[in-house]
Amino acid sequence: MEASKKSSIVKNKKSFPLMGRFGTLSSEKQNNISGYLFISPFIIGFLSFIVVPMAMSLYMSFHDYDMLSSPEWVGLDNFTELFTEDSKFIQSLKVTFTYVLTAVPLRLITALAVALLINRKSKLSGAYRVLFYLPSVIGGSVAVSIMWRNIFGDTGLINGLFTTLGLDPVYFFKHQGSALGVLVLLAAWQFGSSMLVFLSGLKNIPNEYYEAAEMDGAGKIRQFFSITMPSLSPILFFNIVMQTIQSFLTFTPAYIISNGSGSPMNGTLVYSLYVYQKAFSEFKMGYASAMAWVILVIIGTVTLLLFATSKFWVHSESGEG
Amino acid sequence: MEAGRMKKIIVDVIILICALLMLYPIIWLILSSFKENKDIFKTAQELIPRNWTVQNYIDGISGITGIPFTTFIFNSLKIAVIATAGAIFSSAFISYGFARIPFKGKGFWFACVLVTMMLPTEIIMVPQYLWFSKLGWLNSILPLTVPSYFGHAFFIFLMIQFIKGIPIELDEAAKMDGCGRMGIFIKVIMPLIKPAIATSAIFSFYWKWEDLIGPTLYLTQPKNYTVSIALKQFLDSQSSSNWGSMFAMSVVSLLPVIIIFFLFQKYIIEGISTTGLK
Repeated sequence: MEASKKSSIVKNKKSFPLMGRFGTLSSEKQNNISGYLFISPFIIGFLSFIVVPMAMSLYMSFHDYDMLSSPEWVGLDNFTELFTEDSKFIQSLKVTFTYVLTAVPLRLITALAVALLINRKSKLSGAYRVLFYLPSVIGGSVAVSIMWRNIFGDTGLINGLFTTLGLDPVYFFKHQGSALGVLVLLAAWQFGSSMLVFLSGLKNIPNEYYEAAEMDGAGKIRQFFSITMPSLSPILFFNIVMQTIQSFLTFTPAYIISNGSGSPMNGTLVYSLYVYQKAFSEFKMGYASAMAWVILVIIGTVTLLLFATSKFWVHSESGEG
Repeated sequence: MEAGRMKKIIVDVIILICALLMLYPIIWLILSSFKENKDIFKTAQELIPRNWTVQNYIDGISGITGIPFTTFIFNSLKIAVIATAGAIFSSAFISYGFARIPFKGKGFWFACVLVTMMLPTEIIMVPQYLWFSKLGWLNSILPLTVPSYFGHAFFIFLMIQFIKGIPIELDEAAKMDGCGRMGIFIKVIMPLIKPAIATSAIFSFYWKWEDLIGPTLYLTQPKNYTVSIALKQFLDSQSSSNWGSMFAMSVVSLLPVIIIFFLFQKYIIEGISTTGLK
């Protein structure tokens, strides 16, 4: 009965007068229903894989929990321990901030420089984009981290070249600064995606701007600061925000290059690595949850600060949305 | 005119040299994998192997703890394909709702998409682990695949942009022909957003293929290891003995990524240029 009714409606869809009336009568209601129907997977996923875990971790951050016995309420102890007793935590913050403050600018400056260099009429411009982007494509993999570790290793490519040139070998992984420097270089090496975004931004700057500037006698450098930079500033801003957030939580390179230890002397103990150690080596889930919330607040604050500074230097595109 | 041409050629040469320097580490890795194991670090500064050999590949494919490396490749492929299929179809479905249907609370939910996009997954690594352990999903591929079936914020964002570029008249014409929302989505929208779907599929595959932390947390039995964990295990177990096979397997792990890149670079480069995907 039900099925036959359905099929007759489907069959007569075009000529069935009621369908049209039904559509117009409650179109707002119908839109609400079908709108939520279409986005329902997102809502379910958002609640079950983001909101619920976040709420759980907030709860856990006020508890001691080792996954075996039931959670034990400790109030703010996890947080006070972090900031007053845990010198490794302070060290990991230092490492992470140093990493973010060096890797992000280095990566973006390289990206911009290369974008400016290859943004020219050339038969090879397609090839350039592919070649310079390739490291970014494979950059997140374990294989590349292993490769990087061996390039800078005691008997690796760099030291091999040094020996050939008659120089003393440099033990990159014996000193805190140089070990972190190797990680920063690996991040800078993957400037490709930012470069592509800058390139598409450069293509959108009308050529007339430069022609007009030329007529006014402005030199290349002047043109760069008066036309290129202001036009690119929204893209630059977007890149800074996204890269900063990502860099705060870099994991794989530090994990592979230091064998999960953050060595030497915690010189490469980036924040995620320390959270990982606390959670999955020591099984201090409450403590690790507290750490996740601390870095979330830090990242949130830094992002807000970036947005606050944006009105002083980011050139807003009027008219376009 | 002649001088201008000369200058152009010189700049091209300089750029190509820069590109070559950039790619030097990768070339070094690939050629080193064909060196004899004992030579790799003795001749690190030399690019071309003195004696070419594929022994490293033969040793590497034999795998670790008796499990051949091909098993790890299969495991990685399985997770990447299952997750990618879910991610692209759910994201397309969701993005149609956001792009074309006016409904109450849309602004709020779209803001949630943006928040998810900005939220680094590492933040929820610990709570998700606890949550999946409550669900009894540990030691399975479920934590690595099921969440993909509920849309991925980056892909939703990308596809919304794409759908907004499709003339609404096409939707209306289909509606006149008697198509419902679902019909419009399947018959009109899906075929037209193929490029965005391709871009999303490629990135989803890449992220899953390269992922280390997820498989490390959720796959504890060696027979379920992915390529990423297997390489990490190589690193741990063979720290001084057999670098050659580790280099060889590293190259193998990069092969699918590089092949896909060269086949579909158009989609990849367009995708990043519009969204700034990683």
